[in-house]
Amino acid sequence: MLLAEQLHHSFGAVKALDGISFSVRPGQTLAIFGPNGAGKTTLLKVLAGLIRPQKGRAHVEGGRRAIGWIGHQAQLYNQLTVRENLRFWASLYDVVPPPELLARLGLEEHADRPVRALSRGLVQRVAIARALVHDPAVLLLDEPFTGLDRTAAETLGRLLAQHADAGGGRATVLVTHNVEEGTGLATDVAFMRAGRFVHFGPRAGRGAQQVSEEYRNAIA
Amino acid sequence: MRLPEPLRHTWAVASKDLLIEFRSRTAIISAAMFVVLVLLVFTFARDPTAVAAIDLAPSILWVTLTFAAVLALNRAFQLELENQALDGLLLAPIGRSSIYLGKLIANLLFVGTVELIGVPLLALFFNISVWPYAAPLALVIVLATVGFVSVGTLFSAMTVRTRVSELLLAVLVLPFMIPPLMWAARATGPLLAGRPLSDITGWLKMLAAYDIVFVGLALLLFPATVNE
Repeated sequence: MLLAEQLHHSFGAVKALDGISFSVRPGQTLAIFGPNGAGKTTLLKVLAGLIRPQKGRAHVEGGRRAIGWIGHQAQLYNQLTVRENLRFWASLYDVVPPPELLARLGLEEHADRPVRALSRGLVQRVAIARALVHDPAVLLLDEPFTGLDRTAAETLGRLLAQHADAGGGRATVLVTHNVEEGTGLATDVAFMRAGRFVHFGPRAGRGAQQVSEEYRNAIA
Repeated sequence: MRLPEPLRHTWAVASKDLLIEFRSRTAIISAAMFVVLVLLVFTFARDPTAVAAIDLAPSILWVTLTFAAVLALNRAFQLELENQALDGLLLAPIGRSSIYLGKLIANLLFVGTVELIGVPLLALFFNISVWPYAAPLALVIVLATVGFVSVGTLFSAMTVRTRVSELLLAVLVLPFMIPPLMWAARATGPLLAGRPLSDITGWLKMLAAYDIVFVGLALLLFPATVNE
């Protein structure tokens, strides 16, 4: 369970968050779409506790231990192997990497290769493994499709959907400017502009094309 | 026996840094090469008839080690910027102090390795005997190193997100390194001249006090330097 109440945050004169409130329950995937500079990454960082909001409150049930983060930067060490990276990140959560994790993400044959030797698509898979290594109840995704080709993006989408459905459902918040790729994963969508939600509600079966059109109208 | 949680996290961060450095060896090789070159330059540039090697050696040793340490400290948080791993560390349920102490331990071992190369080379190039005074000299080196590495690790975190982090680190940290550097040089001189340990206890106490104050201050200030 994730809760945001009246979040306000500015960088100088620029309002990154301007009174944002919402909640995400287990099993819910909220996709937040917005142009560059809308405040999406700031919102995610506030939810993760990486930025303290100037006003308002963000609460994640279970605290930092319950959060998994996937961004367009992999948060991995290039010189370490896939296995060493996962072992390190798991140790910070006082767990050992689940043995089936590498297989689930198709990384078994790459486990002993250094991250610097992997393709961008594989690195993103390792980043997912890193984010899931402690089985988080809440997943925060910051532009996870950036730099991926279509096949890699589809694979990533499938893996994220599997995780969102697993174990009775996880709460997921995804921020992206790519409506096409984000809509497929979402149970709920929000459009963000200048630090505010200009739309928030269930996707209700609408396809990417329809959501895209509504997004263009709302942001225009 | 299982270590307490903060110590486990501290060791996880330190061992990760050491493994990365063991794999890449870039910083250790640059720092070691720097030490060798500086000592060589001083060896050939000095006039042995003007100042005795024993009088010059302590200053040269500490100036060399200080600049080599600055080179080494630059890398402490640079590797966390790669792929934004720092955000992952800050997001993990570990204390900020564990991150700082992990980095400090890795940096101490790293700078210690550079010192293990530098001291024998100094003895060789300047033809001075350090072996009879190895234990007290090691004590001076450990106390001084803890002092300037604790400050350097904090400033390394502070400057890593800036555009000119390498220059800024040197500019900010060198003034704070002057006291331990000066006291260490003052303590090393009498040691190499064969004077008893009791002659340098004052310097040792000052180095120890500096260590306690600055490790404590760094632990207090570190969370503020890494939080956005």
